[in-house]
Amino acid sequence: MTKSELVAELVAANPHLLARDIERIVQTIFDEIGEALSRGDRVELRGFGAFVVKKREARTGRNPRTGDSVEVDEKTVPFFKAGKELRERVNKNATRRRRSEKLAAT
Amino acid sequence: MTTVTRATLSEHIYSQVGLSRHESAELLESVLERIAVTLERGETVKLSGFGTFSVRQKGRRMGRNPKTGIEVPILPRTVLIFRPSQILKAQVNGEALDLEAMGDSED
Repeated sequence: MTKSELVAELVAANPHLLARDIERIVQTIFDEIGEALSRGDRVELRGFGAFVVKKREARTGRNPRTGDSVEVDEKTVPFFKAGKELRERVNKNATRRRRSEKLAAT
Repeated sequence: MTTVTRATLSEHIYSQVGLSRHESAELLESVLERIAVTLERGETVKLSGFGTFSVRQKGRRMGRNPKTGIEVPILPRTVLIFRPSQILKAQVNGEALDLEAMGDSED
């Protein structure tokens, strides 16, 4: 699913709202999460997960093509930790799917 | 460091578009729920400019209870992965996106 497919689904489910507004809302949500992370804030959505930034120390890396060593500066990276509920939902469904595929094969 | 929650995000939606606070909160919830349902089906969710959520299968492996040292099997499971886009990565480092460094890996 892409962002525009997500918007299209929401538009279909909310006929009382303008497509333009829904698009703006979806954009606002992800923009705000990005903004929060760039301030170094944490975004916690219970049941879904948490977005945080993690610090990576400066290190000496290598250019994989040439083998030259390069200094990599300290940086921060965005990180998502799935919430308990979502983690369990994703896993449970996959297990069920695997089981029914196995049954279908016999 | 502060924590941004559903309430913070709904408030932003509320101030952006002429929806009620209640509708804003509901819409945020349906965005999260639709992402969750898609991932439950094992499908990938690509949000351009933000990142990609996908699921990955992990095989069975032997683990160890760190307290007792006893070996226990870790059953095959499916885990959720988030890959931030180049734009989000640059943003958290306070950079504008460097187009040259981006290569063709952008989502």
